[in-house]
Amino acid sequence: MDVTITNIRKEFGQFPALYDLSLDIRSGELIALLGPSGSGKTTLLRLIAGLEQPTAGKIFFGEEDASAKSVQERHIGFVFQHYALFRHMTVAENIAFGLKVRPKANRPPAHEIRKRVSDLLDMVHLSGLEKRYPAQLSGGQRQRVALARAMAIEPTVLLLDEPFGALDAKVRKELRRWLKEFHDRTGHTTFFVTHDQEEALELADRVVVMSQGKVEQVGTADDVYDTPNSPFVFSFIGESSHVPVTVRDKTVLFQGEPIGTTENGQGPGELFFRPQDVVVTTDSHSLYGKVTACRRLAGTRIAEIDVANNGHEPYHLEIEVPLDAPVAVGADIRFRPTRWKLFGQ
Amino acid sequence: MSAKSASMAKPRFRDASTESPLARLSLMAVALAFMAFVLLLPLVLVFIEAFREGVPAFFEALGDPDTLSAIQLTLTVAAIAVPLNLVFGVAAAWAIAKFEFKGKTFLITLIDLPFSISPVISGLVYVLLFGSQSVLGPFLKSYGIEILFAVPGIVLATVFVTFPFVARELIPLMQEQGTGDEEAALSLGASGWQTFWYVTLPNIKWGLLYGVLLCNARAMGEFGAVSVVSGHVRGLTETMPLHVEVLYNEYNFVAAFAVSTLLALLALVTLALKTVLELRYGHAIAGSRKH
Amino acid sequence: MTTGQMMKNWRQPSILPGFGLTLGYTIFYLTAIILIPLVGLVWRSASLGWAEFFAIAADERTMLALKVSFGSALAAGAINAVFGVIVAWVLVRYDFPGRRLLDAVVDLPFALPTAVAGISLAALYAPNGWVGSLLAPLGIKIAFTPVGIVVALVFVGLPFVVRTVQPVMEELDREVEEASATLGATRFQTLRMVVLPALTPAILTGFALAFARGVGEYGSVIFIAGNIPYVSEIAPLLIVIRLEEFNYAGATAIACIMLLISFAMLLFINLLQMWSRRRYANVR
Repeated sequence: MDVTITNIRKEFGQFPALYDLSLDIRSGELIALLGPSGSGKTTLLRLIAGLEQPTAGKIFFGEEDASAKSVQERHIGFVFQHYALFRHMTVAENIAFGLKVRPKANRPPAHEIRKRVSDLLDMVHLSGLEKRYPAQLSGGQRQRVALARAMAIEPTVLLLDEPFGALDAKVRKELRRWLKEFHDRTGHTTFFVTHDQEEALELADRVVVMSQGKVEQVGTADDVYDTPNSPFVFSFIGESSHVPVTVRDKTVLFQGEPIGTTENGQGPGELFFRPQDVVVTTDSHSLYGKVTACRRLAGTRIAEIDVANNGHEPYHLEIEVPLDAPVAVGADIRFRPTRWKLFGQ
Repeated sequence: MSAKSASMAKPRFRDASTESPLARLSLMAVALAFMAFVLLLPLVLVFIEAFREGVPAFFEALGDPDTLSAIQLTLTVAAIAVPLNLVFGVAAAWAIAKFEFKGKTFLITLIDLPFSISPVISGLVYVLLFGSQSVLGPFLKSYGIEILFAVPGIVLATVFVTFPFVARELIPLMQEQGTGDEEAALSLGASGWQTFWYVTLPNIKWGLLYGVLLCNARAMGEFGAVSVVSGHVRGLTETMPLHVEVLYNEYNFVAAFAVSTLLALLALVTLALKTVLELRYGHAIAGSRKH
Repeated sequence: MTTGQMMKNWRQPSILPGFGLTLGYTIFYLTAIILIPLVGLVWRSASLGWAEFFAIAADERTMLALKVSFGSALAAGAINAVFGVIVAWVLVRYDFPGRRLLDAVVDLPFALPTAVAGISLAALYAPNGWVGSLLAPLGIKIAFTPVGIVVALVFVGLPFVVRTVQPVMEELDREVEEASATLGATRFQTLRMVVLPALTPAILTGFALAFARGVGEYGSVIFIAGNIPYVSEIAPLLIVIRLEEFNYAGATAIACIMLLISFAMLLFINLLQMWSRRRYANVR
């Protein structure tokens, strides 16, 4: 099911949570709504679900205007961060719920409901747990029951609100992998909200990076990582450092001195680069600072560098240095970015 | 039905976790009507009937000597019972909340007992204990001490039905507060009494006030238990509630309701203070609202 | 458990002083005020002997008085269970001017002396009363009938249901209701299948509390009841009548029966709470 969002606005009283947001999602995509708290991602998810009403704008499921429909009519599947399982019902009763509440005309017969429940439990690898109560399950198991429950009604769109947020790191990793497999198998259009960019980049077909109620960028993991289109996206996705520079005659100058890179354009801007896109050099056309710390990080080393700032608080940057060429703390160092992005006025 | 008219057919629920506007209004109407009818109507009636024959008659009824004795007795009984139960409540809460010992649950159940006994039975037990067919009754009478059908009996019965209030309020509150503050005070060299006075008491003051408020309301309003032990001697052993009964049974309705207004005002003041305490100091009350 | 046994209780050592003093005073007070009188009651009823006890218990007037007391308490409890839940829901979920005030008024039956409530309700529902006079032409009599007793007990028992159910309603997880809606349930289905089961233990507890209170209620009832023996006479009133006849044996026997049933109620309430805590275990 294609999902089209046009010019959505949502205000809570005076407070605007979403400004004029538009998105075009193709059927079967796994979309991550990524951003820090307050970015509006959960609000957007709830608007798609019908749990909130937009102040302005429309949401289309395929050709139909879903904004006119109640949450029951939209036929979506929603998985809450804290599972929201029905505590007084067994696992089987939870999953069967969506089918049991249908009006008689649409309700499948009891044996079919049982079979559907059983198939879904297989799909989420929880067979045999039909008679358990949510209180008797682990967090990861509960989340999978929540997913099976949402899937039971064969939703057009699947919506997950920080589905792994309440779980510990190891379980989170396992469930992430499992969710990807699940999506590949079932092919539903899926939105999930997360503030964990690693999760978003790993799982999503496309990532919607949001900040303060607006969409910063929409793209594949490669797009947002390699070609971020704003300072926010550059610094939110992956590690980054940045310094203010000026471009004159195609030369990039930091504090008046060339740093060995060239750019088109003129005038002041902010130069963003990633720690790994840096080369240590002895060339005088480079950035210059003092090493304040050097620590090992997995297969590489990170050097923290203070770059002088004319008597103000120095710029704190991080660069990767090769394992076989360590730098001493306190030593002076020269380095130059090999890949970067300049964000001007 | 065309797609356009289908989307306009019925109003959509704006909120998935509440009822439709119509259902909300209906429920509110039912709830408000029920409350007005069951709770407010009787209250309003008390005041209107009291003034049915005008304001002078109202004050005349209140000025009647038997009525004044009843008021005085009620105040006296409360003035004795409430402080007694206050001390008990604090002692019991201190013992239960600050120490670990076996039999706590039994103790707490015992404290809760008056709440589950009919007030008439509460009075009955004292009649059995001090009545003419008992051992203690004639024994004490021979020394000139009359319990039943006299003020002491009324005080005892009142103490019986009201002593849980302060204790029930303080026990969960002090349990919640734990022993940390007191232990700190002691380690700094304070004596037991100093610790209690300067550390514990400020912590529990609002809960204490709350418990005393409820205790007092019940003490002044108790009817069943007091009725059994009092003997109904006009001017001597009639509390205000008993006097109300007498006046009503004599068809002296204006007087009955006049005295009732005083009790109703007491109830309203109690409610008001209770609400203020709950709203402003709710965190310091640990209100377990079962009565 | 006698005082002596209590004194031997083992306790954990503590640096806090005053244990002996406070526990001692507590036990003394409890013994003097409760235990001794209760023991007196039990002793007196024991001295009756089984035969006489059953004779009093099985006496028609006694049985009918108990029936009136328990029957009306049951009916009032049921009415309060329904309307109390509605009142609590409206107070918890909806906002309207005067909500705080109304919330405070719910406790009125706790604060108002029973005698005042009693004469007021009697005046209200008597054939010449505000409500009674409206109903009389329709042939409906409330005061001086068992119906009047039920009305009085509804007044007395309402706060028990509301105050027991309210905190549970306040703790309800709205997300669960939203989840139910996303699965296609109508609001009514959500209320019936998701919300109500979560409230049921509290409703039952509130009902039991209102019922227990209603059985023993005296002051609010005797004015409106009519007190006609065998018809609208409540058990507590029968106890008082027996006392006035100096038939202490009779009064004691009835009191014992009432106490036994109250005890059974307390037990039931505790079991109910244990069961519901297990059934609806509190986890996220």
